[in-house]
Amino acid sequence: MESSFSSPRNDTFPAGLRVLVVDDDPTWLKILEKMLKRCSYEVTTCGLARDALHLLRQKKDGYDIVISDVNMPDMDGFRLLEHVGLEMDLPVIMMSVDGETSRVMRGVQHGACDYLLKPIRMKELRNIWQHVFRKKIHEIRDIESHESLEGIQLIRSGSDQYDEGYFLNADDLTSSRKRKDVDNKYDDKDFADFSSTKKARVVWSVDLHQKFVKAVHHIGFDKVGPKKILDLMNVPWLTRENVASHLQKYRLYLSRLQKENELKSSCGGMKHSDYSSKDAQGSFGLQNSISIQQSDVAHGSFKVSGDNLVSQRVGTKSHESDIEGIVSEPVAEPKKGLNGNIPDPQKTRSPQMDFNNSYAETKICLIGNVPDSQKIRTPQVRPSHSIALVESEVNFTEFESAIPTKYSWNEIPLNKAQKPLIQLNSGFNKPPLPGPHSHFQVDRVQSIPSISSRPSTAEEDVTGPAKSKPSYSECINTQGSHVSPSTTDSFPDQIKSCLVNHQVSEAISTSTANMEYQGFNLNCITDLESAQRNLIMGSASPFASLDDGFQICWYQGDCYGMNLGLQNIEFPEYNDPALVSELWPFWVVTGLFFFFFFSFRGCQPAESINLHAYP
Amino acid sequence: MDRNQLQRQVALKRSFLFEQCYLDPQQFVQLEELQDDANPNFVEEIVTLFYKDSARLFQKIEQALYSRPIDFAKLDDYMHQFKGSTSSIGAIKVKNECSQFKEFCLAANADGCVRALERVKQEHQTLRIHLENYFQLRRQAGLVQRV
Repeated sequence: MESSFSSPRNDTFPAGLRVLVVDDDPTWLKILEKMLKRCSYEVTTCGLARDALHLLRQKKDGYDIVISDVNMPDMDGFRLLEHVGLEMDLPVIMMSVDGETSRVMRGVQHGACDYLLKPIRMKELRNIWQHVFRKKIHEIRDIESHESLEGIQLIRSGSDQYDEGYFLNADDLTSSRKRKDVDNKYDDKDFADFSSTKKARVVWSVDLHQKFVKAVHHIGFDKVGPKKILDLMNVPWLTRENVASHLQKYRLYLSRLQKENELKSSCGGMKHSDYSSKDAQGSFGLQNSISIQQSDVAHGSFKVSGDNLVSQRVGTKSHESDIEGIVSEPVAEPKKGLNGNIPDPQKTRSPQMDFNNSYAETKICLIGNVPDSQKIRTPQVRPSHSIALVESEVNFTEFESAIPTKYSWNEIPLNKAQKPLIQLNSGFNKPPLPGPHSHFQVDRVQSIPSISSRPSTAEEDVTGPAKSKPSYSECINTQGSHVSPSTTDSFPDQIKSCLVNHQVSEAISTSTANMEYQGFNLNCITDLESAQRNLIMGSASPFASLDDGFQICWYQGDCYGMNLGLQNIEFPEYNDPALVSELWPFWVVTGLFFFFFFSFRGCQPAESINLHAYP
Repeated sequence: MDRNQLQRQVALKRSFLFEQCYLDPQQFVQLEELQDDANPNFVEEIVTLFYKDSARLFQKIEQALYSRPIDFAKLDDYMHQFKGSTSSIGAIKVKNECSQFKEFCLAANADGCVRALERVKQEHQTLRIHLENYFQLRRQAGLVQRV
């Protein structure tokens, strides 16, 4: 018997696995040590949780896995588990003498990869290497996705800004400005330089991570934001970006645990209730995108998914910057995430990369994805742009000049702009319902019957400073722009109209989705309607409504990206109208269509130039 | 008694301990299987360690039980620790008494706890005698290697 186990075969993986056993019970400690040695593992035993933590911190890469008892006098095993899971990122197996569901669940919730009941059997220990192995697989996957999918990063940072937008109050708004300043600084550098800056990653030492976790705990998980953490941590050289990315990692970690919990125990949902609803939504989003990403890993079609993920988020982002721009944010700044994209040369397919400007990006992404959505959308993007500042968007202006026809819409009275759109819609057999509205975007939405209730919200908002108005301004505030109350008052119409734009853009793109995904759109509409209801309800739940909106955005981004992402790469090359119509044979080609198409062609040069600039 | 007879007695004693539910055969056999050249008397070592450590735990439990007001949560914690310890040698009967004690803890029944602790100690002691006897027999039968 002895020979079968104790001959150490260090070249084979499970043998030599470095295990740290923590148990205050010396008897069990001795038994476990013996058992683990029998498995050819390298065993370190520890009678106190504090000592264990000390050992782990001292020798950070000294162990592969930790086995810990739940009940220990000096420190709750769950606390230890938390520390180990976060600081060392090691798999932890919990053990205790009884299998009370609540206790086991607590262990799993705290991140235990397994929960063993005493008396522990040899066969269970012999198998623990699987946790180490599984973790390695996860890590590899994570790295892969990090490297080839900067888009994910973009998404994450996007969502992070989002969360922050939610959680920040007016007094925190300066933080987003600072962040932007930092970003702008980056923009001034050339890209290679920037990429090197970015690659210099912060090493999250144990102490640093401890500070981080402490800060998170101090703030409370549901209210946590990178800036707040940064302030609390008080580490001068650490940037908000560092913290944000670590926070994302932390959130992902927690959500992964959460997911695992949900799989392992039917009551995993309890974990959800631990978080605030906002956070749950946020993490849901994250999970969403990540799961997409993972499935794509499996299929080997990384890039496409990266693309659609990017576009998803970009959509959301542009909302934010739209609002900021209108609210007299001096520079419509390119976000760091976008730049993160640029230095990555392998992502040839991203037309978004070529534009520093987020408006342009929105457009490009739309153009790239669904031409008809572009047509619907461009005018809608434009008004917000015209209200916003035109500085800094070199590419954008270039872009615009390439599309004189479209640009002119902007100056044409609103009615005119509205008209072709309705025609377009009639091409899809949708009855045009142009109402006497002050914003042509609203009209456009109305022309799509399914979303017709939305404009009424908008109208309500414009005409009377009713309940929904405060919710809007609140939105603006939390978006991280710098609206002083007085500004809001002095430009209420602008803001509102911009917000209408912003919403309408969602609505319209949803309807675009409708053209292709009938069934899918039903959901969207329901979402939209519920979002509206929230809006009408006023300040009761402005965030919820916003969030709904954004989820819708993601959905559509998903749609486009997934289905048209590839075509989107090729797109700039197809200047021939015939070819393009082949690409989208489902288009109803009306006379108006060609009008659009003409303008669309007009934009080609600009796009190609940019593509060439960053091959 | 010759060696074979002694060995038979050892086997009898062992199965007696299992049959009377003093010991969990699965755990005990596992401990036996862990005996090797490095630890030829591993089971005895473990049992000795268990009894040594349980003295410490009993002290803690008694301290908590006879202090006023009784912190039942703490008491339960200690007993839980002890219960975990009993599982190491598979002392089923002791473990069952521990569970009883824990129930009294949960009901915040101090008298019940005192009585339950007596039974725990009793079972603990009984098993100790049996095990000592068992190891004695093994030594006599030459089944124990001198380290």
